[in-house]
Amino acid sequence: MENKLLKKVDLIFCKTCQDDIEVVKKAITRHPDEIINDLIDSGLKGRGGAGFPTGLKWKFTKNQDSAVKYVVCNADEGEPGTFKDREILDTVATKVFAGMAICGYCIGAKEGYMYLRGEYNFLLKKLNASLDEFNAKIKAAGLDFHIQLRSGSGAYICGEESALFESLEGKRGEPRNKPPYPTVAGFMGKPTVINNVETFVYTAMINHFGVAKFKELGTTDSRGSKVFSISGDTPKAGIYELELGMSVDEFVKEFGDGDTKAVQVGGASGHCVPRKKFNDTIIGFEGIPTGGSMMLFNSSRSMYNVLKDYLEFFTEESCGQCTPCRVGCQQLLKGIEAVKRGERPASYLEELKKLALSMKVAAKCGLGQSVANPFISIIDNFKEEIIY
Amino acid sequence: MSNYMVNLKINNIPVSVPEGTTILEAAKKLNFRIPTLCYHEDLSVAGNCRVCVVEQQGARLLQAACAAPVAEGMEILTNSNKVRQARKHVIELLLSEHRADCTECYKNGNCELQDLAHEYGVNQHMFIDLNRKKNYTIDRSSPSIIKDDSRCIRCQRCVRTCEELQGVSALAVAYKGDHQKISTFFEHPMFEVVCTNCGQCINRCPTGALIEKTYIDEVWDAINDPTKHVVVQTAPAVRIGLGEILGYEPGERVTGKMVTALKLLGFDSVLDTDFTADLTIMEEGTELLTRLKKALVDKEQVALPMMTSCSPGWIKFQEHLFPNLLDNLSTCKSPQQMFGALAKTYYAQKKGLNGKDVVSVSIMPCTAKKFEAGRPEMRSSGFQDVDYVLTTRELGMMIKQAGIDFMRLPDSHYDSIMGESTGAAVIFGATGGVMEAALRTAYEIVTGRPVPFQNLNITPVRGMEGVREASIKIEGCVPEWSFLEGAVLKVAIAHGLANAKKLMKAVSDGTVSYHFIEVMACPGGCLGGGGQPIPTNKEIRQKRAEAIYAEDEGMPLRKSHENPEVQLIYQDFLGKPLGHKSHDLLHTHYKPRKRY
Ligand code: SF4
Ligand code: SF4
Ligand code: SF4
Ligand code: SF4
Ligand code: FES
Repeated sequence: MENKLLKKVDLIFCKTCQDDIEVVKKAITRHPDEIINDLIDSGLKGRGGAGFPTGLKWKFTKNQDSAVKYVVCNADEGEPGTFKDREILDTVATKVFAGMAICGYCIGAKEGYMYLRGEYNFLLKKLNASLDEFNAKIKAAGLDFHIQLRSGSGAYICGEESALFESLEGKRGEPRNKPPYPTVAGFMGKPTVINNVETFVYTAMINHFGVAKFKELGTTDSRGSKVFSISGDTPKAGIYELELGMSVDEFVKEFGDGDTKAVQVGGASGHCVPRKKFNDTIIGFEGIPTGGSMMLFNSSRSMYNVLKDYLEFFTEESCGQCTPCRVGCQQLLKGIEAVKRGERPASYLEELKKLALSMKVAAKCGLGQSVANPFISIIDNFKEEIIY
Repeated sequence: MSNYMVNLKINNIPVSVPEGTTILEAAKKLNFRIPTLCYHEDLSVAGNCRVCVVEQQGARLLQAACAAPVAEGMEILTNSNKVRQARKHVIELLLSEHRADCTECYKNGNCELQDLAHEYGVNQHMFIDLNRKKNYTIDRSSPSIIKDDSRCIRCQRCVRTCEELQGVSALAVAYKGDHQKISTFFEHPMFEVVCTNCGQCINRCPTGALIEKTYIDEVWDAINDPTKHVVVQTAPAVRIGLGEILGYEPGERVTGKMVTALKLLGFDSVLDTDFTADLTIMEEGTELLTRLKKALVDKEQVALPMMTSCSPGWIKFQEHLFPNLLDNLSTCKSPQQMFGALAKTYYAQKKGLNGKDVVSVSIMPCTAKKFEAGRPEMRSSGFQDVDYVLTTRELGMMIKQAGIDFMRLPDSHYDSIMGESTGAAVIFGATGGVMEAALRTAYEIVTGRPVPFQNLNITPVRGMEGVREASIKIEGCVPEWSFLEGAVLKVAIAHGLANAKKLMKAVSDGTVSYHFIEVMACPGGCLGGGGQPIPTNKEIRQKRAEAIYAEDEGMPLRKSHENPEVQLIYQDFLGKPLGHKSHDLLHTHYKPRKRY
């Protein structure tokens, strides 16, 4: 396993590459296939956590035989402990628009939508202003592509891509069955590229700086850098762009407070890494992938409370349509409470783990499937804190 | 579906199915049953209960068999340990959220959740009881439907039914997470929302969360009250549905046994809604011809196309959603209500009874009939015309309660006065039937000759297409109706309210023009009514339809105007169709309603 040292990077927020219209202008002089091949070559994977190769996603969508296609930017950042998109949208929004425009050019879409988290509505005015300007400029540059902003309803599940489409279409935000995938039938049933805010910025930056610069960073499985929202027991809470592939140990050395006992990699739906595993856990697709949220816990924290908070979150934010997730979340939550109160034996945790594993394979979407991550990693590593 | 064939293996057995087939359908082809809950053949795929999960070799996630299309080279296991564990978990989870006191549940013995719990031998106490603390209320506000959220498994079948088949959308999913539930507009009680009481959601609800409001006890009480004379009428579709509850396959006609059973239950008189179906044809046929005459000869403004009014779900739908078309509805009451009005007047008079001592009960394939019976307009006999409406299912239950060995019963015939019927009345039970019956009579009135279709079977109006149209050229009129000579009568038929909605939009927009439209609220017509045996699907409805038409062909009389008891009632009591007395007893009016 490659193991990189912690390294700060400046691709996303860099001030030297602000003229995003130029990036788009340059891109549209090239053949879409060239751009897409560059993306594939770069190894860029979606920065939402699932990690699908971005270039392939664009390629599949481009290859769909459909007169109408869409580009959708998922700006429904709702993972607890994540606030990087807000920063990106606040400071370098035109880079996101540029990524979307290049995507629209590559796949042959004329319309793009940015689905903004309801809680970020305070950004709407500013975003709309810069978007109007941006739309006008790319039109002048000869690109037939128009981006619109839509405000979300504030439900966590609407960040799930198919639920986001439902919501964009004016329906209740519930995830759809897959397949079909968005590349085949996404927004309005048409082929759609949906990427998150950060991914779009990276596509623009790869166009700007070239593949080589991006490929220098990261590991074979996890190319490039990514933006992390760092919170919890740390003196350096905030947003940092770091090279992928560092170990949790490296990370804690930089961001911990000297007393870190666990790091939750990937927010509520991620894994909890205990101190004894810091050294051999890599932050990246070969280890623990993350949408960017990193939470540090020191010895003052009760991991029971941490888990309970997560479960309460999921119990509330599950869309509720599928059984494993809707009822499973409630059972996991009530279950650990019952064990804590002594109403169920400690061995009940084993039953709950089996349940979590069923949720992981049987739930309809990523939300329900990922509850097992925090649940099992915390139960396994902090069992005493759960029971006593 | 595409012609392209996909090869895959299910439980190691190769199978080849057209592209686009789901794993569920492919497995069915090999006779592997996969359990389902949220899936229903009549509805779009939801894939939300997750009880149908199967293992796809090489895939991390289990697949929902109902929702996942086959793919070339797939290897599916429908019964691996992983699959069984996940299914068992799903069932246990559902039960943990469910008020599973089956002995107190109306659906006991006919419940898909119960069947699966039994099949998978689950221990419902494995997980923590989540139901008890949730303080569910049971909505009993509707005269037709009881909605009990504590028994709901959120499969959303009802939501899809109401939206996809009925175009009503009275039910919707509300809230998220542990608060998610099936709700109505701003959680108004069922009685206040656009619900048409059609009961289609009941027919598709896999549990006891949606059931009809039952009046079985009230009917037993009436039967056992010596001061009351209890008459019962049975609708045409009941005789071809009832058998399914009592041991027969779909499509069995049990008319004679049903009449015997009703007599054994203790009803004082067992009569036939078909009688008033024939009467409806007389009134409605005359009404149509009168409207046509007014339009064509007198050049008066009359509402055309005229629309049938026997389906109370359809009436309420129209009142909510197309109040602009209320004048187009025939003013005829439904056969049930005509019957009720006559039971306490004409029938009582003939029997020397006081109307107040007559209790009129009807057995209907329809839950909306319960609502209809309670409409304030339906008291023209001076009393509530129909006192209690039971569904086909409730009658089945009464027969079971009485310990009657139904399959061994001899046949018997309906009692007289209002017990005679024709084939035309029987086909009221199928979509297109009212139209066919009306045409048989109207054509003959106008021309003096039977409709020009072989054996009176007007096949163009039959079938299961959502909207059908037909036209009949009228030739050789008798002098009185000569203004219709050469006219082409254009008719349309819709069943299922979503189809009706399309048709009504077209009528409203003026993009279509018809003279006469038949609408039945339920898919297939009354034979697919909300009070009919559960389950229902296309195949079952088709078998019931075949039974209906077979019943018609077997009748000695097949045209409403030939019904001797109908002729008698006009002679002795009503005078003539659309006469003064008919107007008072057999016709009604409608009112606009709110849109939620
Ligand atoms: S896993 Fe949870 S969020 Fe996803 S569809 Fe199921 S209930 Fe909804
Ligand atoms: S709905 Fe089914 S499982 Fe639930 S109580 Fe009724 S019969 Fe039992
Ligand atoms: S009875 Fe009919 S209209 Fe009412 S909720 Fe059920 S399906 Fe919808
Ligand atoms: S009421 Fe019945 S059909 Fe509707 S969601 Fe609940 S269980 Fe399913
Ligand atoms: S039957 Fe397939 S998910 Fe419910």
